[in-house]
Parts: sequence; C-alpha cells; structure tokens
Amino acid sequence: MNSGRRQSFFSLRCFLFFVAILTFSDLCAQSQDWVRTGTNLGAAKIRLAVANFKPTTTDPETGELKNAFDTTLFNDLSNAGIFDMVSKSMAPPLMPGSPQEINLAQWSAAPSNADMVAFGAIGVNSGKVTVLGYLFDAKNQQSPQILGKQYSDNANVNNVRNIAHRFADEIITRLGGIAGICETKIYYVSTRSGNKEIWVMDYDGENAHQLTHLGTIALSPRVSPDNSRVAFSGLGKNGWSIKMYSLLLNRLVSFPSPGGTTVSPAWSSDGSKLALSTSITGDPEIYTMSGDGTGLHRVTAFHGPDVSPVWNPKTNAQIAWVSGRTGLPQIYIMDADGANVQRMTDGGYATSPAWSPNGQFLAFAWNRKYGPGAPGGQDIYIMDIASRRWTQLTHDSGRCDFPSWSPDSRHIVFQREDGGHSEIWTMLADGTEQHQLSHGGGSNSMPNWSWK
Amino acid sequence: MQVNHRKYIASIVSLAALLTVAGCHKKKAVPPPPPPPTAAAPAPTAEITVNPTSINAGDSAVLTWKTTNATDISIEGVGQVASSGTMNVKPTESTNYHLIARGDGGSADATARLTVNAPQQQSNLNEQNMDDTLFHQNVHDIFYDYDSYEIRPDAQPTIQQDAAFLNQHPNIKVVIGGYCDERGSTEYNLTLGENRANAAKQALVNAGVSPDRLRTVSYGKEKQFCTDHTEQCWQQNRRAQFNIDR
Repeated sequence: MNSGRRQSFFSLRCFLFFVAILTFSDLCAQSQDWVRTGTNLGAAKIRLAVANFKPTTTDPETGELKNAFDTTLFNDLSNAGIFDMVSKSMAPPLMPGSPQEINLAQWSAAPSNADMVAFGAIGVNSGKVTVLGYLFDAKNQQSPQILGKQYSDNANVNNVRNIAHRFADEIITRLGGIAGICETKIYYVSTRSGNKEIWVMDYDGENAHQLTHLGTIALSPRVSPDNSRVAFSGLGKNGWSIKMYSLLLNRLVSFPSPGGTTVSPAWSSDGSKLALSTSITGDPEIYTMSGDGTGLHRVTAFHGPDVSPVWNPKTNAQIAWVSGRTGLPQIYIMDADGANVQRMTDGGYATSPAWSPNGQFLAFAWNRKYGPGAPGGQDIYIMDIASRRWTQLTHDSGRCDFPSWSPDSRHIVFQREDGGHSEIWTMLADGTEQHQLSHGGGSNSMPNWSWK
Repeated sequence: MQVNHRKYIASIVSLAALLTVAGCHKKKAVPPPPPPPTAAAPAPTAEITVNPTSINAGDSAVLTWKTTNATDISIEGVGQVASSGTMNVKPTESTNYHLIARGDGGSADATARLTVNAPQQQSNLNEQNMDDTLFHQNVHDIFYDYDSYEIRPDAQPTIQQDAAFLNQHPNIKVVIGGYCDERGSTEYNLTLGENRANAAKQALVNAGVSPDRLRTVSYGKEKQFCTDHTEQCWQQNRRAQFNIDR
C-alpha cells in the first residue's frame, strides 16, 4: 500500500491528470484485493440454506436441545466466512427431516435461491440425543446428496452444540476445501475470578470456564498443538516463570524454570519445541527449549527487551519476535538458530506477532504514530512476509492487541481494550465480520486459538 | 458486700444495655439533612508543615500552620490553637499532626507527618526485623524515562544514597521491582520492567552493593502506583521500587 501510493504519486507527475486518477483508483482496488489468505476468503460465496431440524420425538427436552442445535449450526456456518447464508425467514415453510421430505425445487427457487441445503432431524430417547444431518446440492436434482451423517450422545446442551460443531465442520470441509474450526477452543486471560487466570471457551465464545487458580497473575496462554497442555507465564514469589497446565490431568504439572523473568512461551507446530523470553543473563533474550523444558538454547543477543517469539508454523525454521534494541519495539524475523535477522516494521510501536498457519502472513499489533502525546491508535495489521506489504484490519475502535490465527488462516481473534476494560473479539482475516466473543464479566485478554 | 457488688454489676449491665439500646435507636433515626452551604461564607483553608520532616529520637522540630476563614482551629493531640502560629514539638515516636479548621463556610484540614527515627544502635540490632517505613525513608525508588531503562542523571544521587544505606546494613536483602506505565503491550512491558529492575540492580552493584543481596522481579504494567491517564501518573509508574527481601 505504501509503495503503491508512492508509485501513483510518481505517475501523477508523468501522466495526464485523468490517467493518474485511473491508475490510483486501480491501485486502491488492488490494495483491497491483495489480502488473499489462500483460504477462499473473497472467492465467490456458495449460497447455503440451513433448515431448522425436525424434532422426531416429543420428549420435553427436545425443544431446548433443538433450539441450541439450530442456533449453533447456523452461526457456525455463518461464521465460516465462505458462505452466503440464506436468511431463515426465506426458507420454505416445511421442515424437512429426511431426504424423502425435502422438496429441493422449493429451496433452489426464489426467495431462498439456495445452492446447497443442510437439513435433518433431532430426537431424544431415554437420555440419548440422536441427530441425522444431510447436505444436499439444490442444483443437482438427480443425485443431490453430498453428506449424510448420524450423531448420538448423552442428551445435554453442550453435547448438542458439539454435534452441531462437528456437522458444521463436515460441511465447511466439504465445501470450503479446508478443515473447519467449529470444534476449536480459545484460551485466554480473564479477571472474572478476581485475579488474572487462564480460561478457555469454545471458538464461538460459549462454554467459558476457568482452568488455573494461581491466585497471582497468569498471562500469555499458548496451547500445545496436540491440545494436551497449555503453557503460560505465571508470577510467583521469585518472579515470572513458564507454567504448564495439563488438559489431560486438569492440573498444573511441574515444568523447569531457567530463572530470571521468563515469559511468553510459544509452541512449534510439531509440539516438540518452545520458544520463550528469559533474562537469565540479566537482559531478556529469546531462547528455545524442548517441549519438556530441557535443552535451553539461546538464540538472540541484543541489548534491551526481546520477547513474544512465534515460530513459522509451516516450517518451524524461522522465529518472529519483538525487539526493543533500537528503542520502540519492532517486529523482526530470523532463522531459528538466530541467523538472518530481518526487521519487518519500519517504525511506531509494533508488538505481539502471530504467524499464520499457512506461513504466509504475520498478524501483529501496531501503533504507527506512537509516542508521548501522539494521537495514534493501536490496531491489528497483517503483513505478507514475502512482499512486506501490510494492511490495517481494525480502525479507530479501542486499543487492539494479541492477534491469534485460527487453524484455517481465515479468522483472527484479538483483544480490544476500551477505557481500561478489555474484551475478546474475532474477525475474518480481511478485517470484516468483527464481533465480540467474550461475555460475562471481568476483563478478558490475550486470546490464543487452538491448533485444531 | 457481695450483694453490693452484684448490685453494682447489675447496674452497670443495665446501664450498658440502656446505652446500647439508645445507641441503636440513634442509628435508626434519619440523620437531619446537611445544612445548605451558605454561599456568602468563604470556605476555610488550612496548611500545616513540619520542619524538618524527619528527626532522631530526642530532637525537636518546628510545626508551622496557617488557616483562613476559620473560627474553630485545632490540632489533634495539641488542642485548640490560634489561626496561625508555630510551635516546637518533641515527640518520641512518628506523629501525624492533623490540623482541622472549621468556619461558617465549612471545614478544611491538613496533615503533616513528623518521622522519628529510632536510635541507630537499635536498628543495627534489629536488622532482620527492620521496619519497612525506616527502610523506605532511607532507600528511595528511582524513576525512568518513557520506553527507557537507562538510569537518569537525576536518579544517580538517589542510587548513591540507597547504596550507602544498604552498605551500612549489610544483612538486608533487597528485591527490586521493575514497573512500567499502562501504555504499550503486556508482554513487551514485562521485559522492559525486567530491564529497568536490572539497570537499578547494576547501578547499586556499581555503588558497592553485593549482587548476592539483590533480586529483581518485573511487574511490567500489571501493577500500577497511580491509575490516572496523565504523564504525571505515568511517570510515577515508570520506576524501580526497592523493598526488603524477606
């Protein structure tokens, strides 16, 4: 965008005014378009209808479970960002529960004009809920069935929401080409209990619950790629160290501490290594270690703060991090052994890098006009690493920080602080569809999206 | 005698009960609305200072106060005083002199604290149990520029004084907390706070304090001394704080 503007001003000198205007508008159009995460964001969207599921039993629980299911499935498919959703008010009045009951012509005709229809049935029998889900191609009357799935579990709202997530992920995977994210979790810091503790919620903000009970301050949760452990920074009597919470044992497990202020752990995508910042030498530097805490290895040697490392999840051969060696913090990348250091940001106050799962982008927080008295805002940006072109995703709406990518590279979760109070928000990776995820009190910050 | 004694107790008990009931009753009563402030009467002002603010036991200090627009002036522990004046005081322990000035326009108050240092030998004997107040009177925090962990020239005399005190009391261990203002990012500020604490530690070491006695903890922007969003407040929060390491 920077160089684009410069070029356009250059051409302004050289060409006729109207040519320049055309060039400029053309470049602007391109700058809107270049953010392609390779994930079908921005591609022509499939028009998808989701029928309310048909209740097949009269069990008193059925109504509540059916509502939870219908709402979750519709929101999941809507959140995916790759569908043009048919509003439920445009659906044909009949609720089809099985392939025999659906009239595809009704769905493919106006006003719903659906390309695809998801429908099915839900029933509760002696404490078990059973869901039959179908995905039909409305434009292919001959052999319309794309998916037919059956799910069964103990009947409660959480399980029903989970079934909806699983069915939604099947549809997204089949139609979007990449595994869906509806079964993923978001780990974060919440003060809801009075102290900063680590919490977890479903990707859609539901089902929030507290994991740690440190009683001091817990920060920077990072879940391991296999969902077995959460590494985070915890304050103890002797300062900050990396703490490890086992999601299998549901408790803290011991983890060696190198001493000094040790913060901001980050998993490599194969789960074999952690990168972190520690000040054993008296100056915070980036180190790596094995996932079990052994084999501490120093990577950087720069005067001043070095913190917030993240691995390139595609290769695990590069690390992006934040360094204050020239004054205000900037984003840098280097090889995992410390070679080939490159500065990525050209000024301002840049922190909290997050490397996209496909390896192509860095998301980070940037205040481009930072300084005492400066009016700058702190917003989320993404940068294409190869070209170093960047674009701003959030605008004029509080101080945004700690972006974290969804595993499909289509979404970014982040914290937004307004008046000292912070909440967790999500958006598509092009900055659209922003909405708040965290609810229910306290200040909620530092989100980390699970790997699967 | 026995009977008299009992009567005595009984009367006290009943008196106490009466008082309690009366007290309860009083609380239930709706307090009268505060009198409307009279616009005509100017509000009183009150100022009090003590010089010096810190003395050794046995020495005296001068208390100076001044009030305006007040009719009823008192200093707690001293009693009624004139509208302004000076007085020699010689307390045996640290004292807050609380000046209250009441007038038609309301009331105003001011406080001056006189710290009395315990005799030197005593503090040497009790080094392990050194009072935090005494420690903080002698070991002062230092402050930093924005996004910087360099020891400022104006902090050098403080460091020298802090080091001198610590060198006189070689058994005290110190924990140095590094703090940042509320701006900027959480993780970056934790490392900046660590750099600040370490810079303070290094300055004390250069002034002759053994590094074995010094420990650092960064609080980044997790704990704030002052919560206003002003430069004055941010300056208060950009500091290295010294505490006894127990």
